[in-house]
Amino acid sequence: MVSPLAAVLLIFLVLPIVLIVIVSFWRATEFSIIPAFEFDNYAFLFGSPVTYTVFFNTFKYAVITWACTLLIGFTVAYYLAFHIRSQTWQIALFLLCTIPFWTSNIIRMISWIPFLGRNGIANSTLMSWGVIDDPIEWLLFSDFAVILAFVHLYTLFMVVPIFNTMMRIDKSLIEAARDAGANGAQILWNVIIPLTKPGIMIGTIFVVTLVMGDFITVRFMSGSQSANVGRLISNDIALLQYPSASATAIVLLLTVLITIGILLRFVDIRKEL
Amino acid sequence: MSKQDLELVSVTKRYGATVAVDAINYRFKSDSYTCLLGPSGCGKSSTLRMIAGHESVSDGSIVLAGRDVSHLPPAQRGTAMMFQNYALFPHLSVLDNVAFSLKMKGAETAKRHAQAHEMLELVDLTNLAGRLPDQLSGGQQQRVALARALITRPQVLLLDEPLSALDPFLRIRMRGELRKLQKELGISFIHVTHGQDEALALADDIIVMNNAVIEQAGPAQDVFNAPQTQFVAQFMGGHNVVALPTGHFAIRTDAVSVTEPKQGAVEGNVTAVEYQGTHVSLSARITGDQEVIAIIPDSTFFANPHHPGDLIGLHWDANDQHKLTA
Repeated sequence: MVSPLAAVLLIFLVLPIVLIVIVSFWRATEFSIIPAFEFDNYAFLFGSPVTYTVFFNTFKYAVITWACTLLIGFTVAYYLAFHIRSQTWQIALFLLCTIPFWTSNIIRMISWIPFLGRNGIANSTLMSWGVIDDPIEWLLFSDFAVILAFVHLYTLFMVVPIFNTMMRIDKSLIEAARDAGANGAQILWNVIIPLTKPGIMIGTIFVVTLVMGDFITVRFMSGSQSANVGRLISNDIALLQYPSASATAIVLLLTVLITIGILLRFVDIRKEL
Repeated sequence: MSKQDLELVSVTKRYGATVAVDAINYRFKSDSYTCLLGPSGCGKSSTLRMIAGHESVSDGSIVLAGRDVSHLPPAQRGTAMMFQNYALFPHLSVLDNVAFSLKMKGAETAKRHAQAHEMLELVDLTNLAGRLPDQLSGGQQQRVALARALITRPQVLLLDEPLSALDPFLRIRMRGELRKLQKELGISFIHVTHGQDEALALADDIIVMNNAVIEQAGPAQDVFNAPQTQFVAQFMGGHNVVALPTGHFAIRTDAVSVTEPKQGAVEGNVTAVEYQGTHVSLSARITGDQEVIAIIPDSTFFANPHHPGDLIGLHWDANDQHKLTA
């Protein structure tokens, strides 16, 4: 007998993926989609140089965003966990970090546009200060803007798991390290970072999967000048090329799974779950 | 008095308006085992943590081997601390835990592992060097913590309730090992505990603390035999505290003997008799509604048994009667 929860998982998770797998083998022409079992979609995908560029771009966004969110997220979590003494303040500041997340992703993303635009706040301020004479062109509709938006959107996904792991570190371990003569940097490197690894790994998984699956941020912030895999899929869907979209989606899904699989080889996160 | 002595000079710890340790003075004997004893919240742990350097000194100074260490970082004081829950690094093997302080000093891997192995030999753990702390029993973890503290070659080892996490059987075995280790190494151990039996079993000197001050300090035997205050007499146990016309006195329960009525120092009514194996604990109510306990060898008691309600005399030597100052 299948329990109700298993049924929910089956209907809402497994079944859609199975459908996507099936559709990815169908044949599509300009005007029709024909159920079939052929590898044309995959052959076309792997045969096109665009695919490789787009996948490279996707990885590039993921890696740079990961590095930035890790740096910011770790610092914020470290500050909250080890420098704020009272628990009330810890909770208050932690909630403060989450406030931006009460607004929709798209609105937070779009609100960068008037700030970064050619005649936006950033450029006009810099010009009025005399730092620059002409507006900086690469602030908006560039890879810079895409990554800025990603970092802004997803840093919290790094902060939360890292903060959670850090809060579980026994404070007497830090005293023990100090007793053994470790200075601040040595404590950070030899005690805190190794013990925070599982949290870092969970945050990494969140950020990498979110960035690799995204398409709307790339479209808005690059002004449709850059593409990642998500945009490839969304374009196919707009053209009603469902089989091709499905094939791309499956390849992306496998890529993400392999990436996570490799990450999990390095760190055991079971204790955190 | 040796130059290696540790001395507390009017050491004070304040947390806001509360005073945790109130201007205590004490000179620790070198190469001795000292227990800081007291109920929870008496300031004993704060005192230890100030000596270790994990708590700042609000006032006064801590002098070790002739220099004021009150404001030095923990590792530069010549002390090492063993933490209550051992605080072993869960991600490091036993060997790396022990070698941690050498690594912080920048010692080469081979050299620090060799030294750590020596320390593990001292605590008899060489065969477990590769294990992680999670894979050890409580007693083994404690020995790793001990080895990790001792590898810094401290002049004073500070132990914060080191036995409280162990089961009673292991506690007795480990306290024997601690005592033996202190003798072998010839350094001072300062051990915080709330168990008077632990303190008596281990210590050369006992410092009894209460309400942020030292109530009494001295050789274990003196503290137990001749308590100066009511608090010490009651906390150390084994004493009757009685109010006599000449003042308050502490009398050891095993110094009290039972006589026929009118032949002892005071008269009393037996209220309870408890057989405890090697001896019998007899409670009696004397004038002023005070309870006196007499511990009597079982053979003596059963030769002439008493029952609740009996009128008896209680006797003790004047030498066994210690006047209490507070």
